[in-house]
Amino acid sequence: MSTATLTRHAISLDDATRFIWAEADILDRLDYRAWLPLWTKDGRYTIPIEHDAVDYDNQLNVAHDDEEMRQARVKRLLSGFSMSAAPPARTVRTISRFVVTAAADDLIELRSAMVLVEYKYERTRVLAGDVEFRLKRDEGVIKLDRKVVRLANCDDYLHGIGYLL
Amino acid sequence: MSTTDFGALVKDDRVHTALYKDGAIFDEEMERIFKNTWVWVGHESEVPSANTFKKSFVGNQPVIVTRDKAGVIRTLLNRCRHRAASVCEKKKGKQSVFVCPYHGWSYDIDGGLRKVPYADGYPEGLDREEFGLIRLRTETYQGMIFATFKQDIEPLVEFLGPARKWMDLFMKQGAGFGVKVLGEHRFRFPGNWKIQLENTTDAYHFPIVHKTFLDSLDAETENIFDVIGSGGWVEDLGHGHSVMVMIPDLIDLDDNLDAPIPDRFAELAEELREEGHDEAAVRRIVRAVGGTGFNLNLFPNVACSMAFFRVLRPVGVAETEIQHVAIGMGDAKETPSPAGNRARLRLHEHFQGPMGFGTPDDAEGWERVQRGARAGDDLWIMLNRGSAAPEGRPQPGHNAGDASSEVGMRAAYQQWKRMMTA
Repeated sequence: MSTATLTRHAISLDDATRFIWAEADILDRLDYRAWLPLWTKDGRYTIPIEHDAVDYDNQLNVAHDDEEMRQARVKRLLSGFSMSAAPPARTVRTISRFVVTAAADDLIELRSAMVLVEYKYERTRVLAGDVEFRLKRDEGVIKLDRKVVRLANCDDYLHGIGYLL
Repeated sequence: MSTTDFGALVKDDRVHTALYKDGAIFDEEMERIFKNTWVWVGHESEVPSANTFKKSFVGNQPVIVTRDKAGVIRTLLNRCRHRAASVCEKKKGKQSVFVCPYHGWSYDIDGGLRKVPYADGYPEGLDREEFGLIRLRTETYQGMIFATFKQDIEPLVEFLGPARKWMDLFMKQGAGFGVKVLGEHRFRFPGNWKIQLENTTDAYHFPIVHKTFLDSLDAETENIFDVIGSGGWVEDLGHGHSVMVMIPDLIDLDDNLDAPIPDRFAELAEELREEGHDEAAVRRIVRAVGGTGFNLNLFPNVACSMAFFRVLRPVGVAETEIQHVAIGMGDAKETPSPAGNRARLRLHEHFQGPMGFGTPDDAEGWERVQRGARAGDDLWIMLNRGSAAPEGRPQPGHNAGDASSEVGMRAAYQQWKRMMTA
């Protein structure tokens, strides 16, 4: 493969971080309708319970969503009928400390840190986690193909979470 | 000892709000209830073989549930007999000895004191028999493990009484293979433990709190979950236990095995055939996959709820921990259907856990109760809904009401009153 080809198809770290920050901004603004088309058709959104989990299909997770479940989740959160999401908590998250773990034509995988602060009803909570992303270029557009949010306290007692991580 | 007149706080159709917010009442509950009855500590599949263990709680006291070399299941207080350090901080695992990290006292899996470093420092000698980990009385029924501090309590089977029939029915979701713990969601909510206790046999909240869950189902399934209009009922089973039948058609999973496989399970049925199950087994697994059509509440801390165990642990007067234990088919050695259990896991994730389509809304509701309970010093929690017994269905002689009645809560609070005033 020539350098020119690689440059044309590869997703750079700069491309990836812009995409990830844009996604974080969408989630903090609760603009979930704009979040759905960020995904590939076969994309999976996973929040494991065990910190070293890898076989998500055969283990219990907080969430392990295919396209249908993501759509159902967004519909639920925006419906106005979910007591835990209406009104929603306010969230502010930062994602950083990116490490590229794999790259190929039209694909990049990254590991990163997320710190999310939640506020609702006189209470502020902090969630921290490692987030793994796999981004794919799909007909020229960068899309989310995998997102695994590994909360630092995933195997401990959590609280009801009425928004997306 | 408190001088509160606990009996006056529980009437036939209402309980006083102080039960949610008075720290002195909470302290008495830990003594009078959680140290004086059978408390759920785990399922046998969580200690599947010799030298396996899991951590648990009886009330707010930390324990270790172990299976010893002879297969005996025990419940041990998780504190060294020397200076009280916890001897186990792993959630679960396999090991034959617990060593206190502070001064090195070691204990066998059955709780016996094995070795004491520099034992000659006790010139008068140390009676090892006297210093084993404290053992609670432990008994099981249908794989569910219960423990108690009260050594002279009635046998577990008597305490469970008529609830046993429902436990037998509940375990049929193993589709003949037995029931196995697949994992658990754990979360906390800032509210009193009895707010959760009330919830398991409360169908009245279901269509309101869980509207967004119902909206996420296909039309056929949504219709099944019309829990108030489907001919179900709530029944007082004695000792504070109660059952709420939501889907009468799914009481006995061995019935109707000849019915056609619903469209939504067609893909799963095909996977099951590919796993090598014959048609009879395929039908049995498909029918069992969604769990039973009822919630069984066992006073004071565990429920068998459709397709999972719900366990509560009181942490403080306004803080409670909940485990939603996902169960599937299998035993310690065998998982008969990976596809069946995958389907169970996805169903569990759909409703349960910190981000499920049901749990966060329940938790929000419970928290709202605790927040609202701050208002007013002499107000009551109303439990007066649905006193008329439905015809025919419940066991004759049992107190029962329609599916949306508050019979189950009244049953639990009458047990609370008996135990708090004994």
